[in-house]
Amino acid sequence: MSTFWSVTVTVVVLLNILACVWLLIWTSKKQPGEVAEGAEKDHVWDEDLRELNNPLPRWWLHTFILSIVFALGYLVAYPGLGNFPGLLGWSQHKQHDERLAEVQEQRQSFYAQFEGKSVTELAGDPAARSFGSELYSIQCAGCHGVNAQGAVGFPNLRDDVWIWGGDAQAIHTTIAKGRQAVMPQFYATLDQEAVPALIEYVRNWDNADLRGERLALAQQTFQRNCMACHGPDGQGNPLMGAPNLRNGEWLYGGSEEAVRQSILFGRNGNMPAFGNALSALDIDLLAAYVLGLNEGGAE
Amino acid sequence: MATTIPASPAKYHDKVVRQFTLMTVVWGIVGMTVGVLIAAQLMWPALNFDTPWLTYSRLRPLHTNAVIFAFGGSALIATSYWIVQRTCHTPLFAPKLAAFTFWGWQTVIVAAAITLPLGITQSKEYAELEWPIALLIAVVWVAYAIVFFGTIAIRRVKHIYVANWFYGAFIIAVAMLHIVNNAAIPVSMWKSYSVYPGVVDAMVQWWYGHNAVGFFLTAGFLGMMYYFVPKQAGRPVFSYRLSIVHFWALISIYMWAGPHHLHYTALPDWVQSLGMAFSLILFAPSWGGMINGIMTLSGAWHKLREDPILKFLIVSLSFYGMSTFEGPMMSIKTVNALSHYTDWTIGHVHSGALGWVAMISIGSLYALIPKLWGRSEMYSVPAINLHFWLSTIGVVLYAASMWVAGIMQGLMWRAVEDDGTLTYSFMEALNATYPYYAVRLLGGALFLSGMFIMAWNVWKTIAGQQAAQFTVAEARA
Repeated sequence: MSTFWSVTVTVVVLLNILACVWLLIWTSKKQPGEVAEGAEKDHVWDEDLRELNNPLPRWWLHTFILSIVFALGYLVAYPGLGNFPGLLGWSQHKQHDERLAEVQEQRQSFYAQFEGKSVTELAGDPAARSFGSELYSIQCAGCHGVNAQGAVGFPNLRDDVWIWGGDAQAIHTTIAKGRQAVMPQFYATLDQEAVPALIEYVRNWDNADLRGERLALAQQTFQRNCMACHGPDGQGNPLMGAPNLRNGEWLYGGSEEAVRQSILFGRNGNMPAFGNALSALDIDLLAAYVLGLNEGGAE
Repeated sequence: MATTIPASPAKYHDKVVRQFTLMTVVWGIVGMTVGVLIAAQLMWPALNFDTPWLTYSRLRPLHTNAVIFAFGGSALIATSYWIVQRTCHTPLFAPKLAAFTFWGWQTVIVAAAITLPLGITQSKEYAELEWPIALLIAVVWVAYAIVFFGTIAIRRVKHIYVANWFYGAFIIAVAMLHIVNNAAIPVSMWKSYSVYPGVVDAMVQWWYGHNAVGFFLTAGFLGMMYYFVPKQAGRPVFSYRLSIVHFWALISIYMWAGPHHLHYTALPDWVQSLGMAFSLILFAPSWGGMINGIMTLSGAWHKLREDPILKFLIVSLSFYGMSTFEGPMMSIKTVNALSHYTDWTIGHVHSGALGWVAMISIGSLYALIPKLWGRSEMYSVPAINLHFWLSTIGVVLYAASMWVAGIMQGLMWRAVEDDGTLTYSFMEALNATYPYYAVRLLGGALFLSGMFIMAWNVWKTIAGQQAAQFTVAEARA
């Protein structure tokens, strides 16, 4: 703010407050020609509307003056009058930084017990898993659910199905770097007659009703369009996040309608990257928690 | 008394007052029904019926616009037209323009009721309406100002009655706030962009937003109070001097208080502190109005026992006092760090909006309606009493549940473990709020049910027989 505006705003603020003080002093005094205190003033409106000339209630007057004194004191102590920073040197950024330093110091002593341990070691440490669950409920539960059971479009973390790999390294990478999964849409390219056969085929690989020409059509369509990602037997490929189509787990639903939707219109999976938002140790702890969930998944 | 009472003119323009009065009741029911619906949606989200027009995000601004501008605005314009004629002892200046303000204002409200559910919005709180409607508001408001100040100019008494100071300040300030905050560049018929960048836009918005509270919801209704409280109590206004001090202090200090809506944001520190300092000073001028209203009852306290209209007026002043104590407290940075973004704010707003604004309007309307339609009193006085208790219990349930919920949310959100993680996820705080949402819904439903009783009572009053002594005067009007 330029000096001009700083001075202007300070002057206007102080004038406004002083005007209130003057108003209080002026109305506390009896004016010449005024009726006695407590008496009716000599105006009448609408037949019977009148006003009394009562003095300002003392306690109210004192409250008003006190609030003005406090406000002026506050504006001297804290920033408020233009560029004047206030005698205490307070700023919201300073308050934030001080509080952050305090919290970080607390955290450092807490984190010391986990330093230098691998994800697998942390997964075996109950204190680390318990802390990991705290982190999980803040960072992950919003999508994967409070019990890590997942939802449509958000993988279940408790079962042993891992679209992008389930070892410590893969889970760590998923959290730190995020994952972008793209199922392309085949609406324009697939032969309309082949779609129902393909759906039947991938929903039930041992479907005895599907045979002859329809089976051949389904197999041929699969090999031309799906095999590159999902593999020759539909077993999936964790390197590119192509789901296994044979394990009965369907991220976007396994009904005929849901599978048709996936094939015709594609799917976009987006696991955000937490590498910049969380510390390396936090990510280790989260990975350890998720790993531990899976190992204890049977319980 | 040395002065003689000037004679009343033979004819006042009351048709426009009757129109605005009826629409106050109608919009009150509409606005509060939407409020109850969205309160229920917070408990049962399925109540949006998977329809975009019925989602919380679109109905919430509809609720606020309907209760503030449709219900509150109609009540303010109705009473101001009644009061300015009676206290200036002259009929309205430019009655045709007054008729235009009625139809113009109703058009604005209907346009709001159509565009907001369609998702057409400027996304500024309490200033959501897009530029074509905002322009119409400006035109109607200027017409309203011409009628009001024109009537003051042709008054047949020397002194301007205190109620008119407050209505006048309300009309001027709202015109200024509305025009400045709605300065925008249209890009199509239903889309515009604010002319202010970033944090300046936020500051202009909350300068507007807080003064909408200060001038629309406070100064205007104080004008209503200064007429109907002494009239209903049959007593003179307690202190002329107090009315001078608190009027000038209130209108000058309110103008600075807006930044307390933006504590701990990108707004520069000095603006935040200034907003807080002025908000604290604002406490005394606010209470000046409450004291002047309640003390007007000195020597007539017994009337509170039998007159439910007076109960409405006096309890509304008590809620006004409570809200204006709470407001300065919530503007203190350390308190605000806890209360901001929680339901405490919602509780605070409704103790003011239901307790003060709605109850002073309802009380004033019960006093006004028999006079407007030439009846000796409302059709059913016990029904007014029932309405009073439904409203009072409704506000108490609403405000108390939101206070508790808000403080609980604030404490849960800030609770931190030794390791620096949050103790509660957002979901846990939300789950803990459900019981309070239920109490709030009940409070709101009680308040709304009172409005239906009012509608019935108003209907019966207007449909009933005219009292004999009014028929002649009415025939002339």
